[in-house]
Amino acid sequence: MNGTAMKENEMSTRRMRPFGAGGPLTYFIALVVVALTVGPVLYGAMGGFRSNEQLARDPAGLPEPWLLTNYEGVFGNPDFWRYALNSTAIAVITTVVAVACGVMAAYPLARYHFKLREPLFMVFVLGLLFPAAVAIIPLFILVTRDLQIGNTWWGVALPQAAFWLPITVVILRPFLMAIPRELEEAALMDGASRVGIFWWLMLPLSMPGLVTVAVLAFVGSWNAYLLPLLLLQEDMRTLPLGVADYSTEHSADTAGVLAFTTIAMIPALVLFLAMQQRIVGGLRGAVKG
Amino acid sequence: MTRGGWRQRLEILLFVTPALALLGVFVVWPIASAVRMSFYRWKGFGPMEDFVGLRNYDRVLGDDVFRDAVAHNVVIVVASIVVQLPLGLAIAMLLNRKIRLRGLLRTIVFVPYVMAEVIAGVIWFQLLQPRYGVVDGIISAVGLTPPEQGFLGTPELALPTLFVVLTWKYLGLAVLLFLAGLQGVPDELYEAAQLDGAGWWQTQVRVALPLLGPTIRTWLFLSMIGSLQQFDMVWVLTGGGPANATTTMATYLINQGTQRHNYGIAGAASVVLFLVSFVMALAYQLLILRRDTVTQE
Repeated sequence: MNGTAMKENEMSTRRMRPFGAGGPLTYFIALVVVALTVGPVLYGAMGGFRSNEQLARDPAGLPEPWLLTNYEGVFGNPDFWRYALNSTAIAVITTVVAVACGVMAAYPLARYHFKLREPLFMVFVLGLLFPAAVAIIPLFILVTRDLQIGNTWWGVALPQAAFWLPITVVILRPFLMAIPRELEEAALMDGASRVGIFWWLMLPLSMPGLVTVAVLAFVGSWNAYLLPLLLLQEDMRTLPLGVADYSTEHSADTAGVLAFTTIAMIPALVLFLAMQQRIVGGLRGAVKG
Repeated sequence: MTRGGWRQRLEILLFVTPALALLGVFVVWPIASAVRMSFYRWKGFGPMEDFVGLRNYDRVLGDDVFRDAVAHNVVIVVASIVVQLPLGLAIAMLLNRKIRLRGLLRTIVFVPYVMAEVIAGVIWFQLLQPRYGVVDGIISAVGLTPPEQGFLGTPELALPTLFVVLTWKYLGLAVLLFLAGLQGVPDELYEAAQLDGAGWWQTQVRVALPLLGPTIRTWLFLSMIGSLQQFDMVWVLTGGGPANATTTMATYLINQGTQRHNYGIAGAASVVLFLVSFVMALAYQLLILRRDTVTQE
């Protein structure tokens, strides 16, 4: 597409439509973008409804006939349910620990006045700069040998929560700062303690921020690969590990791999899409504050 | 604060301690250990005694595989900026127009970003299978010959292919951020530009783009850090191969640490990875982010 053609098209359509509305070209480009984005995902989902023989004959075709056996195979596979349970448990622990510790730390950083406040906040900001990959080998040694929680939910969830803390604190602090001082003063006047204020005032009022960081932590944990790869084996594996291993162990069974993959991605996708509006709103609140 | 004193200090301590403890044990301590490890020859068993000074660094920096890994990371960083930034901006501007099904479009564009990198990797691995894969099928259908060893099996093509898959996966984040930024541009500005006779593309480039500055800088930072740490997609698609054509710093150090038990080497590679990230973050902070804070104040 060359620039002048685009511009001419723009000129000619401008008079007929309100400014900023899309012409046919806009729709065409949007269609191409959507096709490229969704194509691979649809290929995976459709491939799960086909047989290996169908896939070999025509890789890009539609299911003919539609087969449920691959998906039934996944749901009937006890390993799948075990991986799903592990993924869920680890994601829940990670989320609860990261959000609980994060909001607790963000509260004094937002509402107290003390000398070390900004330096302390900088500790969390600096934490954003530490890539997990840097610490991964010592983390592996720490968790498996020193703490002896190698092949467990907590062994993965606690380090994950720790690495989520900086972003959680950085997002939550502006939310807590934006809560009007008058509310706090009124509560103090009524004899509430600072801990009481935290519990009865700050937590409910910062709910949009809490939901945002909780969903981000949950999806992050659900999708995590590197740390679980090093720490979890056999029955303790999570879905991403299960998918990767399944695809290497059953490389001949493409349809089965695609069905397994498709089902494994659904929970995070549904959660995120359901929460999309709130997350974007939440992030905007954090940026504004 | 008149209420201050020891009581307030105790409260602060109570609220901050869990987070700091978690950070200390699982972030600060492991990173400090990585630094310590990098000065020893250690195979993972027995006490760490064989102090070798900077020899591990010497070996890592002298290792062609590691140098290539750094180069691959840099290629991914630069290519992401050169390709994803304009593409992301264009798509965001497009989706910001008043077109039908706009909400649905936005959601769809965001789907790859939400998927696990591993899952996206497994699907693309199937798509890119030599001969039987969809991509090769399409290429043959239009009369071209796909590469003999497949896109991921040919050393010269593996890195570009990896980058295309990464772009597919991460473009959604750029689009989402830029869209959020575009929505912050007041309509009056567009209207004023329109009254002055500016066309749609002109208003986008002259009016919206400059106002997107802070958002673009945020994205640059996220993209850069992500590119430097790249591990999952490489591991699933190529494992760093063929012939180390797609190794990154992260795959190198995992390989050295967990598969060859060269913990000292892995430690040195970790420190180098950290220093590269840190220097880039610092340079970014000084050169780019500073402008935001200065103009805001």
